[in-house]
Amino acid sequence: MSAITYREALRQALDEALGKDERVFLMGEDVGRYGGTYAVSKGLLEKYGPERVRDTPLSELGFTGAGIGAALGGMRPIVEVMTVNFSLLALDQIVNSAALLRHMSGGQFSVPLVVRMATGAGRQLAAQHSHSLEGWYGHIPGIRIVAPATVEDARGMLAAALADPDPVLLFEYPALFETKGEVSGEKVDIASSKVRREGGRVTIVTYGGCLPKALKAAEEVDGEVIDLRVLRPLDLAPVLESVKKTRRCVVVDEGWRSGGLAAEVMARLMEQAFYELDAPVARVCSEEVPVPYAKHLEEAALPQPEKIVAAVKGLFA
Amino acid sequence: MKVPPPPAGKVKLPAKLSLALLADMLRIRRMEEKCAELYGQQKIRGFLHLYIGEEAVAAGAMRALEPEDNIVATYREHGHALLRGVSMDAIMAEMYGKQEGCSRGRGGSMHLFDAQTRFYGGNAIVAGGLPLAAGLALAAKLQKEKRVTACFFGEGAVAEGAFHESMNLAALWGLPVAYLCENNLYAMGTALERSEAQTDLCVKAASYGMATLKVDGMDVVAVHEAARRAREHAAKKGPIFVEFQTYRFRAHSMFDPELYREKSEVEAWKTRGPIHTFTARLKAQGDLTEERFLELDAAAQAEVDEAVAFAEAGTWEPAEHLTADVYTPQ
Repeated sequence: MSAITYREALRQALDEALGKDERVFLMGEDVGRYGGTYAVSKGLLEKYGPERVRDTPLSELGFTGAGIGAALGGMRPIVEVMTVNFSLLALDQIVNSAALLRHMSGGQFSVPLVVRMATGAGRQLAAQHSHSLEGWYGHIPGIRIVAPATVEDARGMLAAALADPDPVLLFEYPALFETKGEVSGEKVDIASSKVRREGGRVTIVTYGGCLPKALKAAEEVDGEVIDLRVLRPLDLAPVLESVKKTRRCVVVDEGWRSGGLAAEVMARLMEQAFYELDAPVARVCSEEVPVPYAKHLEEAALPQPEKIVAAVKGLFA
Repeated sequence: MKVPPPPAGKVKLPAKLSLALLADMLRIRRMEEKCAELYGQQKIRGFLHLYIGEEAVAAGAMRALEPEDNIVATYREHGHALLRGVSMDAIMAEMYGKQEGCSRGRGGSMHLFDAQTRFYGGNAIVAGGLPLAAGLALAAKLQKEKRVTACFFGEGAVAEGAFHESMNLAALWGLPVAYLCENNLYAMGTALERSEAQTDLCVKAASYGMATLKVDGMDVVAVHEAARRAREHAAKKGPIFVEFQTYRFRAHSMFDPELYREKSEVEAWKTRGPIHTFTARLKAQGDLTEERFLELDAAAQAEVDEAVAFAEAGTWEPAEHLTADVYTPQ
């Protein structure tokens, strides 16, 4: 086994998918000649040609809808909308078509589509390029939301998403693109959450770009860190198991606090683990402001290891 | 508003095809008249958008398409589904909300689907079907399939971004798709000239490098000829936009008090009604007798009666099945 970056893992996954299945094609803005905004699809145009690594105009609604149509027509499209911020322009097709078609048609039409997008803040890109809306998408039945936080998942989740007969939104974290890790080459699932660090004193639940922050905080407070990995449908079994042991829980979510994914996790703990808990569940989310440009303000707006440690300490006060 | 003269009827189709087109229009008309009645009786609920007055478009177009083609339609799609080959029984049962319906009662009037006839729905978001159609056409092209995708939509859709994005993608990629615009002059209650700076829809499509056709949508023969040419163009050369100029005789939906247009305008358009003008033309040509017309009409009515009986006898999907097919069973 050799260590590769998260970015390289994503690239290898795309390469493998295109190599394995003729029905797979990648389309999106600058995926081809430019090599991908984050260089994730670099070299793939040369290898697979413009039909299968298809540059699109800046038409998120149009080409996401075309991806849905192509999926209905027998292909296995991978649509890249560059970032979650621009996915808002494609929202109608994702929510009103991809997510609904199977149920609304009485089970006649599945949409085997993968939509990839980068998400998250932390690179001083200011308010319009720093959204974390994965949890928001997680509100919608009919789609699956996956959030690779490790190099292993960055390498393996695409194949699992393509094997899924329904629409999968795959969120990628530029904040993690340079992180390195080992890749086993084993298949990964897109159904379960996983313990990333064992600990005894508190359960820290997180996903995506916040995983390294949660792991750092856990070092200081003997935390057990659980990576949700899949934001819809949620798998809270390992969380419930962990809480039985630690009796305390903090949820870390880069999304905004109100009505967010953290709130959903907390509500489920309330429903399913109320009597296991020795303290109210706490959460560390983004402050409810547009993400600002200035570095110190951006840092203040986002979950940080210190905030997580403080929240844990609050549970023992 | 100036109403164009009745269809001129220069082209003559074989008598057999002509009678089939007339029968098609009658089937839609009688089915929808019954739907309006059933809506009054609260047998059909939700939104109900009738196609009455516009039947020539679905009739002329569907007979120009091939079984392997894909169809994408709107929430005013009862007629398209019927003429594509979805049984009237299954359509009526769907409107009743019964599980024998073509979408198992989950879709209703606005969401008729049928995999067997490649009928990709009943899309109730204006212009929502246009990108989908581009994608279906892209899939066909990539898989080197012969099929064409026919996408029906109203003129209200041309104001949406999805229209412009789809025209561009289709033309840029040379996709085998026919965009069939049913211009009935009103987007719900908003007249075309009140909502578009450029009211010539073909000019809009042409600006993307699309081939275009403008057709009298009240003349089933003209529609059929245009749709035949459009299909051929889509299959051999790439995307085409066709504007069918038509008119909706009934309200937008059953909730519409029609405050936005004069009764006289509706009456004037009714003189151009696709069924009676075509009937008169066929009689004048000697292709149709009154007796034969009554037979066709009676057959349509009998089909409606059977469909209603089928829907009445239909069953409700057990509520325990509610969550089935949110995801595909694996």
